[in-house]
Amino acid sequence: MMDSLSRINAMFFRYACLHKRSLPRTLEIVFWPVMELLVWGFVTLYLQRLSDSVVFQAVVFLINAMIFWDILYRSQQGVSISFVEDIWTQNIVNLLISPLRISEWIIATFLYGLTKIIVITSVLSGIAFTFYQFNLIEKLGLYLIPLMANLLLFGWALGIVTAGLVIRWGHAVEALIWGIPFLIQPFSAIFYPLSTLPPALQLISKLLPSTYVFEGMRFVIQNRRLPLEYFLIALGLNTVYFVLAGLFFNQMYHGARASGRLGKLGMD
Amino acid sequence: MWHNFRMPSKSRAEHEPLVVTKNLCRTYGRIRALQNLNLSLRRGEILGLLGPNGAGKTTAIHILLGLLAATSGEASVLGLSPFKERHQIAKRVNFSSAYVQLPSNLKVMENLTLYAKLYGVPNSPSKIQELLELFEITHLRNRITGSLSAGEKTRLGLIKCLLNDPLLLLLDEPTVSLDPEMADTVRKILKRIQRERNMGILYTSHNMPEVQEMCDRILFIHQGRTITEGLPGDILKAFESQTLEQVFIKIVRSGDLISP
Ligand SMILES: Nc1ncnc2c1ncn2[C@@H]1O[C@H](COP(=O)(O)OP(=O)(O)O)[C@@H](O)[C@H]1O
Ligand SMILES: [Mg+2]
Repeated sequence: MMDSLSRINAMFFRYACLHKRSLPRTLEIVFWPVMELLVWGFVTLYLQRLSDSVVFQAVVFLINAMIFWDILYRSQQGVSISFVEDIWTQNIVNLLISPLRISEWIIATFLYGLTKIIVITSVLSGIAFTFYQFNLIEKLGLYLIPLMANLLLFGWALGIVTAGLVIRWGHAVEALIWGIPFLIQPFSAIFYPLSTLPPALQLISKLLPSTYVFEGMRFVIQNRRLPLEYFLIALGLNTVYFVLAGLFFNQMYHGARASGRLGKLGMD
Repeated sequence: MWHNFRMPSKSRAEHEPLVVTKNLCRTYGRIRALQNLNLSLRRGEILGLLGPNGAGKTTAIHILLGLLAATSGEASVLGLSPFKERHQIAKRVNFSSAYVQLPSNLKVMENLTLYAKLYGVPNSPSKIQELLELFEITHLRNRITGSLSAGEKTRLGLIKCLLNDPLLLLLDEPTVSLDPEMADTVRKILKRIQRERNMGILYTSHNMPEVQEMCDRILFIHQGRTITEGLPGDILKAFESQTLEQVFIKIVRSGDLISP
């Protein structure tokens, strides 16, 4: 158990080390989300000036949605990018033959992703507060925690699936590392309510935990409470996806071990 | 009471081979990378696994590391299955190859600390220091790994694989990028540590004089099949050759027709 924690710790620092001396790498964490928030924040501010109070609500929704989307995106990236980092640097064989277990490795990537998300969320809400008088804590209160937890879980599940795809197809699927989250973006009712979607697409949306988080977020802002079923359905779906993602990854890993791809990862 | 009970099992472990394979086979589609490999390696022994490019050496090593499933046959490492019981074995085994890297974007010291932690090395700073001095790269400790020369990276890889005082070391062409002088130094260091610790080493190399110097025993494979096995002197006699290089060339040129 102690051994296991110390290996997780070692891997966490292996990823964190990279930020210690690489300024671009550290800035990269916040660069895109900050730019996005600035552009869309001012766009909505402008729209608000054109019309009035109805739009104001939309501004709040949009800023919130952007911060939340980033949490989902980054938690998926935290897992998959860390994973391919060791494939790109041809270090993977050294790790795979060490006492490190795959589960410990994945937990380390979760923690690393979580740390990044805490940093990003703090920076974004700071900016939103400064420029748009938008207070994330005031708007969502403690509901922020269950909402964020579900986003994080779903992001991790997506990250595990992405890592599995990379183990199976190597360099060929690198684009998917960045693409996978966008596959669910239109169906997660992020920037518009679920009711905007045609009924057929709503069926897909209802299978995604993210939909309940974003619907829940808007509900909290309007009604100052989060219906318990939003949280529970998202959590239930997340549990299912987590298990499925784990099984998928396992299948890909064992497939790679059987076929001989594992020892040759990163060399294609 | 339990003292008496445990003692025999420990002394038996001392004498049991570190590695045993029985009719180990591996195919990749139609390629037969390994055919009926039977090898055994004891503590305190260096076994040279030789053969031309594509002979199946790396395949054999990957199976012993648990990175690869065998198609048929058996492999045991420290009495356990490398495929099914990798975790029990991993702490006492290590591996280095010129073709496997440590993260290029970490500093030398960061890399060694990472692996010392992963292997649970006690008192790791002094262990790392000792090995850095031994391989003469102490001055590189704060350099980014990616900026090292190939030979320096090779030595770093060797330090990594000695961090956990392994019982068994699998070395896949470890000296390939070293200059003759450094290769000689590295061989001497390896040999010394191997004697001190009574370690078993499985060694692949295309440098025949090096093999003659390092290895206690040799196993020649070609197209996955074992051609000959034995003490270097006996092999030279059997093939009526002066050097292992001549044996190597004879084996490869005459394909599968040859047997001593
Ligand atoms: N993952 C793989 N997929 C398909 N063929 C492979 C794979 N790995 C090795 N081979 C083939 O198996 C044979 C043995 O390769 P290898 O064990 O790497 O040889 P060596 O290390 O002796 O040079 C070669 O013909 C090689 O092309
Ligand atoms: Mg090879």
